[in-house]
Amino acid sequence: MNFKFSQDQEMMRDSAKRLLADLSTYAAVHKILDSDATHDANLWKQMAEAGWLSTAIPEEYGGAGMGYLELAVLAEEMGKALACTPFASSIYFAAELIKAAGSESQKTTYLPKLAMGESIATVAYAEKGRIDAAGVQVKAQGGKLTGTKSPVADGLCADLVIVSARDDQGVSLYLVDLNAGGVSREPVATMDRTRKQARLTFNGAQGELLGQAGQGGALLDAASYKVAALLAFEQVGGAQDAMEMATQYAKERYAFGRPIGSFQAIKHRIADMFVKVEMARSSAYYAAWALESAPEKLHQAASAARVMGIDAYSFAAQENVQIHGGIGFTWEANPHLHMKRAKHLESLLGGGIVWRERLMRSMEAAA
Amino acid sequence: MDFNDTPQEAEFRAEANRWLSQNAKPRSESGNMMSMFAESEGGDLRGEAEWQMVREAQAWQRKKADAGWGVITWPKKYGGRGGNIMQSVIWGQEESKFETPANIFMIGIGMAGPTIMTHGTNEQKDRYLPPMLRGEEVWCQLFSEPGAGSDLAGLRTRAVKDGNDWIINGQKVWTSGAHYSKWGILVTRHDPTLPKHKGLTYFIVDMESPGIEVRPIRQITGGANFNEVFFNDVRIPDSNRLGAVGQGWAVSITTLMNERMSIGGGGGLFGGDNGLGSIIALLRGLTVDGRPALEHDAVRQKMAEFAARFKGLELTGYRTLSALSQGAMPGSESSIMKLAMGLLVQEMAAFIMELQAASGVLTDKQETLMEAMWQQAYLGIPAIRIAGGTDEVQRNIIGERILGLPTDIRLDKNVPFNEVPTGASKKG
Repeated sequence: MNFKFSQDQEMMRDSAKRLLADLSTYAAVHKILDSDATHDANLWKQMAEAGWLSTAIPEEYGGAGMGYLELAVLAEEMGKALACTPFASSIYFAAELIKAAGSESQKTTYLPKLAMGESIATVAYAEKGRIDAAGVQVKAQGGKLTGTKSPVADGLCADLVIVSARDDQGVSLYLVDLNAGGVSREPVATMDRTRKQARLTFNGAQGELLGQAGQGGALLDAASYKVAALLAFEQVGGAQDAMEMATQYAKERYAFGRPIGSFQAIKHRIADMFVKVEMARSSAYYAAWALESAPEKLHQAASAARVMGIDAYSFAAQENVQIHGGIGFTWEANPHLHMKRAKHLESLLGGGIVWRERLMRSMEAAA
Repeated sequence: MDFNDTPQEAEFRAEANRWLSQNAKPRSESGNMMSMFAESEGGDLRGEAEWQMVREAQAWQRKKADAGWGVITWPKKYGGRGGNIMQSVIWGQEESKFETPANIFMIGIGMAGPTIMTHGTNEQKDRYLPPMLRGEEVWCQLFSEPGAGSDLAGLRTRAVKDGNDWIINGQKVWTSGAHYSKWGILVTRHDPTLPKHKGLTYFIVDMESPGIEVRPIRQITGGANFNEVFFNDVRIPDSNRLGAVGQGWAVSITTLMNERMSIGGGGGLFGGDNGLGSIIALLRGLTVDGRPALEHDAVRQKMAEFAARFKGLELTGYRTLSALSQGAMPGSESSIMKLAMGLLVQEMAAFIMELQAASGVLTDKQETLMEAMWQQAYLGIPAIRIAGGTDEVQRNIIGERILGLPTDIRLDKNVPFNEVPTGASKKG
């Protein structure tokens, strides 16, 4: 048993840390928060140039042909730095769906563009917030899509969207070129303005079937475990940063003539954050390993990692605001960035209720 | 990153399993979990039944030692296997699959042994470690006192030098197994005029020495594994001092770090990967308010949460051990394990008792799930949350030693111990 990332993976982490420390500062995140920018375009461009997007895309489709452990390392650092990019939508989710279900020509057409960052893709699976396939109302007839998807993370900046739609075979996935017409997009107000979301309305847009007709629900379900495992790393990274922020503040802020971190009321809450973060980190590591090397364990491992990731991040993010006291409630301070990002990451794929039930089912299946 | 055994690890596991299969019975489903609570079983264990338990434990330990499985990580010259930490974890996982006698060697092998190895003289190592490993001599811990628990360094048992001996007077408490132990590890105060951490000295004491009186304490479980131990002019030769005079605190810390490790750590607590699966299998027979328990979402949500936390805890333990096996220094990580484990098992026990409805409170083995194991856990777990440092002490360790948060203000730190205010001195 070896619980460590390899030396090469750790080198990758170091260079990711450097790039993010330069570009994804709290000031930079605040800038996206306060603007209508769909994402941090400069950061995205630099990530593409550094080859991050191509990490887990096979070489024959223009990728670097590395694995999910490398992607996990990047995810943890992006979560820690609150990176404001469509990475999860385009890479963990859309590229993985195309890898898993795309025809040879679809892979050849789309994957190199996603790997290079020439195109941004996302997945439109929610309708009025409902995320299960049974709730899909968007229709596809002869490849033409009609209906509304909302919310769609990164729907404002994406070039390509994978849409779940109901056709005569049930629910199927369709690739839609968002620049080709027949779709209108508008922003929907979201708490986490560093990760903008959209409402997409399809008025006869041309879709291209992805995977077998009628398999849309199953494909999304399978992909969701991969995305959950990787998002768990973003959650661990975010929780770690919130905890470090709280620790730093507790050392510097004085009250009653002493640093507030010397009071057990504060110290013990940060210690509880630490315990949750470390347990979530171990769970995420296990899920990444399952994703890379032990697919038969992925359902259980990814479900557990997501349950632990959601819990650690929401606890650390919320309590960090409280430990900061009054300043923590202001827009200009940084704690609220994590409080909002934690909810954003939880809202993708459904929250703890959904994943605890999934974990339970995978355990019953194994028992 | 790889959670599978390496070929060498797989070979070691197979070898361990082969030996265990030839020498022990596989555990039954319900016996698969939490054998650590065996000692919390109610009823009066004292007497012949307890001695029988001790003899069985000793026989099993000797059998293991004869075959080279006594302690995996200890050097061969003390009878160990000279193996590594991962092998020790694997051994623990495999052994937990078999019916084995209660482990009464945790204080010796788990705590006193590593302390002697770190701070002892060569003569002390040669004298104490081999019989400890073979289970021939059982050890107990003489740290806590009625007035010194979390504030262990506030202990008052006195050691006064007299020629080549020390004379000990005072009282210890919470001493598991004192009545069947040959040796004790003892922290004393040799100089009350020094600040409290500086006036401590650590000894190995023969529990058969004149002047030692052991009295049982009945615990909330109903059992009486604990004792209070009185010292009345007990002589200890200076050659039984462990570490220098005045180094007692540093030596104690070594013991306590190992204690946390052995309480929180270790694999196979729930029988590994499928342990929680077997709990679910047992819940299949229960109904809650007329419906099968597993059809209640509230039950499903809670059990899944427990499972995720349990797996996270188990993995964190392995992550720490994996780092240690690659040369990392042992740190304060065991505090995470102990803190999280105590809380988790307490919540689980309470919940699983709730699911048993009218039988929840019963300790009758035939009327309860898994032969009242969860009821035993419910009563036994408060001790886990206290021993080796309470939850609050663990949070201080995490906050201060890992995260670097400032220490609390301490009124007693740099003053002579005999000038530290106490409740008693206030009243007086």
